[in-house]
Amino acid sequence: MASTDVALHEGTDGSSGREPVVNDFSIQVATVNGSGSQSANTVLLRTIFQMGVPVSGKNLFPSNIAGLPTWYTIRASKHGYIARKKEIDFLVAMNPETAREDVVSLEAGAVVLYDEPLNLGSLREDLTFYSIPYDKIVAQVCPEAKLRKLVKNMIYVGVVARLLDLDMTEVEKAIRKQFARKQKAADLNWNAAKAGYDYAVASLRKRDPFRVERMNKTAGKIIVDGNSAAAMGCMFAGVTVVTWYPITPSSSLVETLIDYMKAYRIGPDGKATFAIVQAEDELAAIGMVIGAGWAGARSMTATAGPGISLMAEFVGLGYYVEIPGVIWDIQRVGPSTGMPTRTSQGDILSVALLSHGDTKHVMLIPSSVGECFSMASEAFNLAEQLQTPVFVMSDLDLGMNNWMSDPFEYPEEPIHRGKVLSKEDLERLGGFARYKDVDGDGVGYRTLPGTEHPLAAYFARGSGHNERSGYSERPDDYVNNMDRLARKFEFARTAVPKPEAVADNGNAIGIIGYGTSHWALDESLDQLKRERGIDCDYLRLRAYPFTTEVHEFIKCHDRVYIVDQNRDAQMLQLLKLDLPTEETGKLRSVRHYNGLPIDARSITDAIAAQEGK
Amino acid sequence: MASTPAPQPQPKMNRLGLAVLDYRGGKTTLCAGCGHNAISERIIDAFYEMGVQPERVAKLSGIGCSSKSPAYFMSRSHSFNSVHGRMPSVATGAVLANQRLIALGVSGDGDTASIGIGQFIHLMRRNLPIIYIIEDNGVYGLTKGQFSATADVGSKLKTGVINELPPIDTCSLAIELGATFVARSFSGDKRQLHSILKAAIAHRGTVMVDVISPCVTFNDHEGSTKSYKYMKDHEEPLQDVNFVPAFEDIAVDYDPGTSVNITMHDGSQLRLRKLEEDYDPTNRIEAVKRLSLAHEAEEALTGVFYINTEKPNFADMLNMTDVPLATLPEERVRPSRKVLEECMEELR
Repeated sequence: MASTDVALHEGTDGSSGREPVVNDFSIQVATVNGSGSQSANTVLLRTIFQMGVPVSGKNLFPSNIAGLPTWYTIRASKHGYIARKKEIDFLVAMNPETAREDVVSLEAGAVVLYDEPLNLGSLREDLTFYSIPYDKIVAQVCPEAKLRKLVKNMIYVGVVARLLDLDMTEVEKAIRKQFARKQKAADLNWNAAKAGYDYAVASLRKRDPFRVERMNKTAGKIIVDGNSAAAMGCMFAGVTVVTWYPITPSSSLVETLIDYMKAYRIGPDGKATFAIVQAEDELAAIGMVIGAGWAGARSMTATAGPGISLMAEFVGLGYYVEIPGVIWDIQRVGPSTGMPTRTSQGDILSVALLSHGDTKHVMLIPSSVGECFSMASEAFNLAEQLQTPVFVMSDLDLGMNNWMSDPFEYPEEPIHRGKVLSKEDLERLGGFARYKDVDGDGVGYRTLPGTEHPLAAYFARGSGHNERSGYSERPDDYVNNMDRLARKFEFARTAVPKPEAVADNGNAIGIIGYGTSHWALDESLDQLKRERGIDCDYLRLRAYPFTTEVHEFIKCHDRVYIVDQNRDAQMLQLLKLDLPTEETGKLRSVRHYNGLPIDARSITDAIAAQEGK
Repeated sequence: MASTPAPQPQPKMNRLGLAVLDYRGGKTTLCAGCGHNAISERIIDAFYEMGVQPERVAKLSGIGCSSKSPAYFMSRSHSFNSVHGRMPSVATGAVLANQRLIALGVSGDGDTASIGIGQFIHLMRRNLPIIYIIEDNGVYGLTKGQFSATADVGSKLKTGVINELPPIDTCSLAIELGATFVARSFSGDKRQLHSILKAAIAHRGTVMVDVISPCVTFNDHEGSTKSYKYMKDHEEPLQDVNFVPAFEDIAVDYDPGTSVNITMHDGSQLRLRKLEEDYDPTNRIEAVKRLSLAHEAEEALTGVFYINTEKPNFADMLNMTDVPLATLPEERVRPSRKVLEECMEELR
């Protein structure tokens, strides 16, 4: 039976008999890595965005350069939900390797657009199939055979545009933006999209309910990935020394930063107000951060789990010698090499306590691209004010996927360099003790190498030291120093970003989430209420150490679900270390750790099950 | 009775008006007779005589006996005793933050040639402006006498264990990888080490000096090739090293037939009186070859093996603005609101 005959009952509008589904569905494009589909997918995403419909895009890709399966999911949501949606409504099947499995796993009622030779139409009877002869269409618009593989993708953009009612003028605009500097490529791709559109007009009868209608929910908004946002944030935070070792999924953060710095941080003298060094490994990258921080630069590196493991020793040095530095951890799936191109929140515990001995580290946890931008400035200020390494815990989902956002706000907070003594200060004070708690906040005063005063120097050392930074193995010196460091961490508790009380309506059930889980939680809160009658409050963590608001929130609720994107409920464990024992019994866990971005449905089901509903 | 008090003897001053005392450090805690203490003395003398403001110097070290020694010289300089084998990266960061600093790295043979070989290699490759001294005794001191990777084949531990693995020649490596001033000396050769260190201060690029520095406790016995006795009997200087700083009268004659004269960046002169015919210290390939031959012949060759005053260093290559990055004011490191607006516009 031909696929086109599998139509459901035809409605009077010439489409399916089902109620139209407008601006609320997900499209998945299944392709092969390296086939150039990324441009086509971005064009689809941007087109929907330009039509004013809230949209998000998730790239599920393999750790491979070319040849392995890749899926790109675009979600349009009139409600503004931008988390990953578990169910796929509209599949564009381009990859022969996965096509059958992709089709089999769809829920009834979904749509499949497939490359004609794949012959998928007879696989199921409860789906709507459209068959497209891509090779025939592409041959007409692309005379150059070797480009056809790439241009082929733009054909499905045209077909999808027709089927979903996308505005072709917006498609053209998106294509021209995508190929901004390449006029020829833009023309070629635009022609391909048009050919796809024309084919659909001539040969396809609309038999599915999915449609896009213009809205006005994206006016003024931007689309950007978290790593680019972080890069921008670091530039505006005044970073001066950047060291890195390439590792997925953090490389694009520094690569984008390089572009921004070259564009905006070369002075009128033609010279750079920064240094960026690709180090020989993560050990060297963090060593350079520490050296630069010691000598007074705003220094940073970006890495992922395996890099974090390698940096452990130096981070302990930074903690103990008290040197500022910012480390971006774009978390991916571990342990070991794990799944480098899949997302997770698996480094929370190891980063919080990274390195041997008693160490604790400040972590900022962005949920959005906006926070990737703003937390960059906060992280650098905190690092210098607290004189300690500060981590920003992003993840692959946030860092490498495109997110819709309000434009970023210019950092209002000035750059704070912390307690640094100048030669005039030293002259006035007649000297200083590097590790003396003068102000009661646990943070001592430091001097920078090169300060022209005979009393400026101190001997920084990772070995035991007293208040004057002299070598010491005396029990009282050691205890004094460690207690002061603990005091400093308590001070950090008052200085880090406070959590966001997303919903606080006096319900008995509380949820605590953080990072990218926020977007699924935002949606799950509505699902729990609407579908299961469960009302929950929700607190979004933004930093470690936990501020008093976190303790208060737990105190005020009977049961508190901690949502973690890792197997071992790492944030829950970290909370347990901090909470009085009578509170720890309240904590329940929701965990998601299959490498895919967390979705609302999984959270809703998990909480409902534990609530017996 | 009127009398004029006898004038107090004034301490000698350098060109900055500082006394040698201003270059001293804390009391050493290393063993009496340790070669490292003699090296500290040479460092003090060299910086004093060159008239370097101690506050401009950043001392950096890793872990080990050698790495403790920065505490024993130049207390007016900032110092960072970091982690084992990773001083090169810390030094690199410090130099990037403030390229006006004179970086002085002190490492050992374990800290450099074993745990630190990776960072050492990349430091040499970058030609970072730094003076990198290896206090090389062929043995781990702080952990009580295990062989290091610079121990010679056939060299014997106190316990009788004989080293069978070939040594890493840090000088050959440094030359091959791109360091621009490479020398070997002996802590007991006061004159040579002194001249090399003064020339090192005048150089802009990586200076790598491997100083054989006997460990009196664990590696100074019969059968060691890094003992005082062995070095006194076997040291073969390649040249007679002399250094004339730019601020001294440099119009002293030299004979091009018997000396190689190198003009440093600041105009000072490194004069190498040839003890071997035709050795050219600006020829990289020849330098590596000569070191290989020395190994074959079991010679303890010292001297300036290689120098290149032309090659740009790492700081030059990064084209950093003249003000140290560490002290750039906010208006130079935070772009304007207009720039943010421009960035946002691109993403709409």
